[in-house]
Amino acid sequence: MKKIAVLSSAFLLAIFLMSWTFQSSTEPSSVGDGYKIGDVATDFSLKNIDGKMVSLADYTDVNGYIVVFTCNHCPYAVMYEDRLNAIHNKYAAQGYPVVAINPNDPEVKPADSFENMQVRAKEKGFKFAYLLDEGQKVYPQYGATKTPHVFLLDKNRVVQYIGAIDDNARSADAVEETFLEDAIISLQLGEEINPSVTKAVGCSIKTKG
Amino acid sequence: MIKIFTSITFLLCILQASFGQDIPVYTQYDELKKEVLTIQDDKVYVINFWATWCGPCVKELPYFEALRKKYLDQDVEFILISIDWATNLERKVKPFIEKKGLESTVILFDDPKANDWIDKIDPSWSGAIPITLIMNKDHQDFYEKEYHSTEELEADLLAFMNTLKNSK
Repeated sequence: MKKIAVLSSAFLLAIFLMSWTFQSSTEPSSVGDGYKIGDVATDFSLKNIDGKMVSLADYTDVNGYIVVFTCNHCPYAVMYEDRLNAIHNKYAAQGYPVVAINPNDPEVKPADSFENMQVRAKEKGFKFAYLLDEGQKVYPQYGATKTPHVFLLDKNRVVQYIGAIDDNARSADAVEETFLEDAIISLQLGEEINPSVTKAVGCSIKTKG
Repeated sequence: MIKIFTSITFLLCILQASFGQDIPVYTQYDELKKEVLTIQDDKVYVINFWATWCGPCVKELPYFEALRKKYLDQDVEFILISIDWATNLERKVKPFIEKKGLESTVILFDDPKANDWIDKIDPSWSGAIPITLIMNKDHQDFYEKEYHSTEELEADLLAFMNTLKNSK
């Protein structure tokens, strides 16, 4: 009897270990959740640096939205500030405004507080909305994992492009592929967007978790 | 003659030590792949991608240093790959290594064409750092997360070693 008990517990232990190993190697990663090309993105109501609440539905006569998760503190986000300004100044008139969202928890990263967002937007002369994802409810729905992280939506909020602004964060002069602009142009022409997903280095989104 | 040679070598060693470690710089992913990420020996490698500007990365570096010390007598190598810009090597990266007293091997990787190499390192990588690879010549575990203790890092290393044992 004792032998059976020992054997069965050894058996159970083996199963437990096997399942544990199995789990650790196939654990679904949180990356990869969020929107894929063709999904309809959620609207939101977030506070802009001017104190007003902003939703995508507030934009009238637009052909789409350049939703960019970005922030103050990340060097990669900072490197794209001037380029975001240029993109907004060029494409808002064509119906594609930049809508910037800071996804970071300001308690974890004080540099990304609402007040500091106001300061930075003023310094850089942002003409686009710069919203705080207060409570961090919006960025997980989009599946943003870093700053900067772009989601180009058409006017029906269908996700058309996800990823990087271009292929060279460090130097605007050395850019060879303007991924985001190419995607906007393809969208305008009704052509296939290729590539529709790109990747770039960025800063992880700061949470208390 | 041998004596002179020995003392010169000795002097060079002292010089090397006083100037800190030499940091290889790779500006092309293919070079990094060939020189660092292609494992040819039978060791297990714990490879962390970090940068001096990345807060969570800087916070977890001591866990890698501590685990390296614990596994000194085992066939485990620790490599810290900084993705700082090469132009910041002297101004930021080297002073940082000195200040923190990092003893692990540090490599600088600065290839701006990130969209071309992120998927090659691991297709599930979003591009945010820190990330950690635990690998040998046959297997690779990929972690896009921040470690909060040496024990947490060791658990992932042991899981890798267990998988190796079980696959034999």
